Amino acid sequence: MTAPVLAISGVSHSFGAVQVLFDIDFDLRPGEVHALIGENGAGKSTTMKILAGYLRPTSGQILLNGAPVSFTGSQQAEAAGIVMIHQEFNLAQQLTVEENIFLGREIKRGPFLDHRRMQAESRALLQRLNSNVDPRARVSDISVPNRQMVEIAKALGREARVLIMDEPTAVLTARETEILLEQIDRLRAAGTAILYTSHKLDEVARIADRVTVLRDGRHVLEAPARELNTDRMAEAMVGRELSGLFPEKPEVFGDPVLQVEGLSVPGLIQDAGFTLRRGEVLGFAGLVGAGRTELMEAVVGLRPASGRITIEGKPLKPGSVMAARSAGLVYLTEDRKEKGLLLGKNLRQNLTLLALDRFTRILIDRKAEAAALDRAVAEFDIRAGDLNMNAGNLSGGNQQKLLLAKTMLAEPRIVIIDEPTRGIDIGTKQQIYTFIAGLAAAGKSVIVVSSELPEVIGLSNRVVVMAAGRIAGILEGDDINEQTIVRLAMGMPGEEVKAS
Amino acid sequence: MSDTTSTAAARHFPAINLHVLGPVLALLLLIALGAWLNPNFLSYGNVTNVLARSAFIGIIAVGMTFVITAGGIDLSVGSMAAFVAGLMILAMNSLIPIMGVGIPVILCGLAVAMIAGFIAGWLNGVLIAKVRIEAFIVTLGTMGIYRSLVTWLADGGTLSLDFDLRALYRPVYYDGILGVGWPIIVFALVAILGEVLMRRTAFGRHCAAIGANEQVARYSAVNVDRVRIATFVLLGMLVGLATIMYVPRLGSASASTGVLWELEAIAAVIIGGTVLKGGFGRVWGTVVGVLILSLIGNILNLASMVSPYLNGTIQGVIVILAVVLQRERKAAGAR
Repeated sequence: MTAPVLAISGVSHSFGAVQVLFDIDFDLRPGEVHALIGENGAGKSTTMKILAGYLRPTSGQILLNGAPVSFTGSQQAEAAGIVMIHQEFNLAQQLTVEENIFLGREIKRGPFLDHRRMQAESRALLQRLNSNVDPRARVSDISVPNRQMVEIAKALGREARVLIMDEPTAVLTARETEILLEQIDRLRAAGTAILYTSHKLDEVARIADRVTVLRDGRHVLEAPARELNTDRMAEAMVGRELSGLFPEKPEVFGDPVLQVEGLSVPGLIQDAGFTLRRGEVLGFAGLVGAGRTELMEAVVGLRPASGRITIEGKPLKPGSVMAARSAGLVYLTEDRKEKGLLLGKNLRQNLTLLALDRFTRILIDRKAEAAALDRAVAEFDIRAGDLNMNAGNLSGGNQQKLLLAKTMLAEPRIVIIDEPTRGIDIGTKQQIYTFIAGLAAAGKSVIVVSSELPEVIGLSNRVVVMAAGRIAGILEGDDINEQTIVRLAMGMPGEEVKAS
Repeated sequence: MSDTTSTAAARHFPAINLHVLGPVLALLLLIALGAWLNPNFLSYGNVTNVLARSAFIGIIAVGMTFVITAGGIDLSVGSMAAFVAGLMILAMNSLIPIMGVGIPVILCGLAVAMIAGFIAGWLNGVLIAKVRIEAFIVTLGTMGIYRSLVTWLADGGTLSLDFDLRALYRPVYYDGILGVGWPIIVFALVAILGEVLMRRTAFGRHCAAIGANEQVARYSAVNVDRVRIATFVLLGMLVGLATIMYVPRLGSASASTGVLWELEAIAAVIIGGTVLKGGFGRVWGTVVGVLILSLIGNILNLASMVSPYLNGTIQGVIVILAVVLQRERKAAGAR
């Protein structure tokens, strides 16, 4: 076995008061693909960012060729041959493919750029990836998988010794994935050390030499890939006590309150239909990009769509958030910083924005607003140093609670909550779970969209699984389990699961 | 955790106060300077003159505050004012043969001004909100269109209001109650109503929300298109109102009417502390901004220390300074 080229030893990391990594050991060896897997929030991204120099660990060591180093930034790591390919690409949209590949290390002839040589080299790099992207094309004009290829070509051009790939296949089709995996094989043969992450465990089993599993920021398993199968990996990823974290599910349901039939959004959602009953928590699971958020945005009128939506038997006016709100249907976005809260405004103005008409005759009743804020702070346990502070200065968990309070102030009967606990700590998670169960118990109906399977399983009475813009299955009772959901989400039939 | 939040809050307050007081301090400083340079500065005649002349820009700038707060801009207001004035004069002149010289003709003229302002603002708003063209581009276009239309209406010359009618209409600019001219009264009313509209109504709150983050506003069931159009309609109607106050002053309109009003109005809004990118606006700040701009001109005229031709230079410096101060506040807030 060769010596590791890059390793971390005893690394812990905290964001503010929240510790996300606990004493992690991890290494990458030349000519080896080391897969890092775990659920969302397990600490994969943080680990990768520490390895690639984007983050400095709170404690612990980074070892390059066995010697401790401390990267001041990603440029320094890149100079050492460590390149990270991000899920969200780091490409300049308005520049050409060639300009991106050579960005920062342009080839010059005299004072001028040698475009011909850079184009030829770009083409050669892309050909190594079996990609026929034109080096002269603008990045904004090429498809998402092609951008992925450009990112990889850019990394190859920098003669990366260590390649860190954050879910590179999330945006690729099966065929493109196959080409990428072949490339990884080739890079491995050439002696590159590769860190690979993916939610698609079959890919991991196919490509990885070694697998490390993280769970809740802790290292739980490291083993040669041939000793593991996908089931073992999934077990290690999940393997947590689910009881206790989730409250009892309500049992009694009333009539259907929300019915969606034949809903389509061009290019994103095809023919989706489901029913939500009174007092029910309906979970939506699926891989990133399966179209769950897009479906919900279409339902509440934020996206143009075709199909029929009825609320308590009455058809809902399409394409109008205002109409949905009046009908008692509200949507709580997954993107609280960009779509949920006005970070530069104070808590009061954020709280009442959705339900402002309830505080307004001709003028806004600011006393009533202040009283509502006091109630919300008490009811949702929003911890703010000062009630006049801006929403942007709250911690993530408290922002989420403020967003919940804002949504509930509109007194909805149907609440769609997208990623209710993204990026928040376990204690706040539990508060939010209790709150969601309480809503259902009070006769409201709740849709929970989540990428965290334990959350969907722990909260929902029924689970809708989406794959590639379609509803792949609706699960009830004992069928609601991790394996069935994962199989459906990956586009495999659910039946086989029960047999195995 | 609570430690970091409390320090953030503590840092927050003095910064805001300085920012709030900045324009007011500048205004007080200018008044003190003016009084020191020339004893006539604080005389009744000079004060009412300065205020009355600020009224046109001031009325427009109040509307501009809403447009900018909601993340827009309107470059067309100066040309729009000239065009509305031209239309108004043409309409009144052509109504005299039918209705004779009298108050009804003037009332019709006022209606024409308000309706023209409404339509012009609505057009800007619809092109921006519904057709989704940048506000800068749309209003740059309409700025050229209105300026050329008024030149065409006047056939390159001047449109003059009928002489008899002018005598009847004159008091709207030159008279007032208790020695306060009508333009000043109207400006004050517009400013007070604007301040209440911005601070105390759902409309004002929605403007700030859209300017701060349009996505958040949309996700919060704010009718973004309607609010945005409404800001331009409000501004258009205030341009109509300003024109109503302006026409009796000279009784004419030409290609050079209202030139650069848009820039003065935008400058006043920015000096007053409204954020150019939108998301935060204050009407009283705009009023202070308008007064600062017109006091600079007035002081230069009275003092004869600096050439009045340098008026634009000093105004320009003040606008840039105001934005620099705004940015420093933002940097302090981000830290």
